[in-house]
Amino acid sequence: MNANRDLPKVIAGLAVVALALLPTAGLPAFYDSFFYLVFFWIALSTSWTLLSGFAGYFSLGHAAFFGVGLYATATLCTKFGVPFLLTVPAGAALAAALGAGIGAVVFRLRRLRGELFALLTLAVTFVIATVILNTPIDGGGGVFMSAVPLPHLMPTPTGTIYVLGFAMCVLTLGTAWWVAHSRLGMGLFAIHDDEDVAEAKGVPTFRYKLVAFALSAGIAGAVGAIHAMYVGFLTVAGTFELTVPLYVVLMSVLGGARHWFGPAIGATAITALLYAFISGGEAMMGRAIVGLILILAILWLPDGVVPAIQHWLKRRRPRPTKPHAEVVPVVPGAAPISEQVVLEVRGVTKRFGGLQALAGVDLDVREGEIFGLVGPNGSGKTTLINVISGFYPLSGGTIRVDGAEIGRDPAHEIARRGVARTYQIPRPFSNMTVLDNVALCATFGGPLRRQAEIHDEATHWIGFTGLAGKEEALPAELNLHERKFLELARALAARPKLLLLDEVLSGLNPAEVDNAIRLVRAIRAQGATIVFVEHLMRAVVELSDRVAVLNEGKLFALGTPREVMRDPRVVSIYLGKAYAA
Amino acid sequence: MPSATLLGQALISGVLAGGMYGLLALGLSLSWGLLRLVNLSHFALAFLAAYLTYELGTTYHVAPWWSAMMVVPAMFLIGVAQHWLFDRFKVNELASLLITFSFAVILEVAIQLYWTADYRRFETHYSTLSIKVGAFYIPVLELTLCLVAAVLAWGTWLWLRKTYVGKALRAAAEDADIAAAYGVNYKKLAYLLSGMGAAYAGVAGTFIALIATLAPAQIWAWLGVVFAVVIIGRLGNPLGALLAGMLIGASESIAMAIFAPAWAPVVSFSVLIAILLWDPEWL
Repeated sequence: MNANRDLPKVIAGLAVVALALLPTAGLPAFYDSFFYLVFFWIALSTSWTLLSGFAGYFSLGHAAFFGVGLYATATLCTKFGVPFLLTVPAGAALAAALGAGIGAVVFRLRRLRGELFALLTLAVTFVIATVILNTPIDGGGGVFMSAVPLPHLMPTPTGTIYVLGFAMCVLTLGTAWWVAHSRLGMGLFAIHDDEDVAEAKGVPTFRYKLVAFALSAGIAGAVGAIHAMYVGFLTVAGTFELTVPLYVVLMSVLGGARHWFGPAIGATAITALLYAFISGGEAMMGRAIVGLILILAILWLPDGVVPAIQHWLKRRRPRPTKPHAEVVPVVPGAAPISEQVVLEVRGVTKRFGGLQALAGVDLDVREGEIFGLVGPNGSGKTTLINVISGFYPLSGGTIRVDGAEIGRDPAHEIARRGVARTYQIPRPFSNMTVLDNVALCATFGGPLRRQAEIHDEATHWIGFTGLAGKEEALPAELNLHERKFLELARALAARPKLLLLDEVLSGLNPAEVDNAIRLVRAIRAQGATIVFVEHLMRAVVELSDRVAVLNEGKLFALGTPREVMRDPRVVSIYLGKAYAA
Repeated sequence: MPSATLLGQALISGVLAGGMYGLLALGLSLSWGLLRLVNLSHFALAFLAAYLTYELGTTYHVAPWWSAMMVVPAMFLIGVAQHWLFDRFKVNELASLLITFSFAVILEVAIQLYWTADYRRFETHYSTLSIKVGAFYIPVLELTLCLVAAVLAWGTWLWLRKTYVGKALRAAAEDADIAAAYGVNYKKLAYLLSGMGAAYAGVAGTFIALIATLAPAQIWAWLGVVFAVVIIGRLGNPLGALLAGMLIGASESIAMAIFAPAWAPVVSFSVLIAILLWDPEWL
């Protein structure tokens, strides 16, 4: 069993050693340079995927980072006499700093849409190319690298470059694997699917994007530094040409940009293809055929080759389906409501331009309470949820959770303080399975735990909400009722102190509503305090300990459900004055 | 600092050169803004039209205005065919960018196979004609180009603003499903718009044949600048595209006069980056 499982690792290890020693075999230099090109494109396209494939921010500026590394090495080697190997980390650092710098500016933009990011990075490439061309870094004449001594790592110079390229390739693939299986990667995948929700679930989106951008750019810089020795003579036109970003995108998309190994497959296939045409003297036809392949691949395999194969394998190996029973949670007796205030809202205002959505709201929610929030459409209920969870910045006032001011914190920090929310229209991460959706929320919302614990906890909450057996399903395969319960499972997995539910019952049939009401009670019994927005009065009366009525952005009435529902003023805002009597 | 005359001349030729940016940006801006498709092959189509105009003009001695009568409708049909593919496969914004890039590469290869990689120039007796106004020279061809671009931009703008079809298109760009629920036949309109975009590339190509030196690799030369123009002019706004084109053309030309020609690319992209970072409401 164990030997069987270790076999692929052993084979992979042997392959790495064999490939590393290939230049000592005395093959013609042609093989060194062909394999070097394969490694070069694998490393470059995999580095691109770290940000663009994983987080979905397509960059067309990869040539900029690659070029910075290239020219950093050229300048340091030819003008300052720095040994070549030392310039590789320098090129990487410079490119990473550039990536982080660009990211620090553009990721702050409110409405950074995907295409704008793509073109912005492309624009940066043109600016950098122009600067290098017109300054002594290049000066327009190009830079010769032939006088730079190459370290003797292998018997031949081409062998040395081969080994450097191979090392870079292995390092990059290792980094990609590590990212894909780490918290960082999980967060990036969530950003890809829905960045706002990722932030609300506790993913520090800004920092993660920045780290991914710096990592992606840094690796491109190191690859560029090595490539400077391969090309030997650098020109601005040759370095910053459009084919670099476009081939990188093409290779990643072809192989599968969301998979750490996808770009490697795409890069190998396309490099081999291009090489075959170049050596046959048909370079132009090669370009056209690569173009044609890209068109066909995007139309028929939009997710790439690797995910398509995985999907196919999965279907061939049917999973043993567990017996699936509707799990009705056991409801323990309600915990007593303490006098301690969990959520304190003071004078909260929110303006959208001229529209005053919240005009000074004061609320105290006590620990263990189920607090109903009702009011006519447009009264500010969902806005209040959005302000408390940090999705909208406050215009004025203070919000405290357990005594700590959170009104100005970013949403992911509010989530870390134990505030979880659901969305009126479910917003699951569409490319993640039900299990991954819930596990992500447990990872980023709850306390730090080991992977296995998170897995168990996620499975527990999936069962708790009656979704057992759907762990491996994608959200698109669930019906509305199940997706609403997935929202709950995600919120619960974060082990919230305060749970904000935004119309979880709307759109459910009476039987499903009963089920959901039982579930909300069970959640409270776990020790959470619940604030819920609801239009369904039956549920409000059945569930809430206290009810607040909002009207035109102000607190209109507050009390037990019976008191509030009998209040003639409340009846009048819902049904008009005539019914109030 | 160069003299006032030189700066004035730089401003005039910059605005006129910007007319070409604007004309190329027009079709791109329409398909990006109203169809949510980024059409990189727009440049390749323009060059295909330019090469066809060149071929008809040099081999068969057809005057460019007559060849435009054939080339522009042909481009319209190509645009419609392209849209059929996008429609059939429900292509999104990003996929459209990659697919049209591949189109452009294939077209580039086709052009190179037929017309070779050599530089080609369509010589006409009016290519160097210019009018003298005061101390300044105004080249006739570039002026015509700007007038044509202005007519097309203004006409498209009025069409989108004032007619039912235009309003329906803008509504569909906001939310295609809701617009369809109100009876907008988005599919038909999208084909029309896609054809129009390609036809504008044909018009631009006619002028490229007359003004520029043709080489297959030149397809990519304007890509960056024109994209900057499209974004600065606001997606889907034809007048914005033209004005932004002239703004960028003028600022490039003045930068060239003051610094050195090689620094020109920095200008358009710095303007673009500055505007994107400023992130004004109209963008």
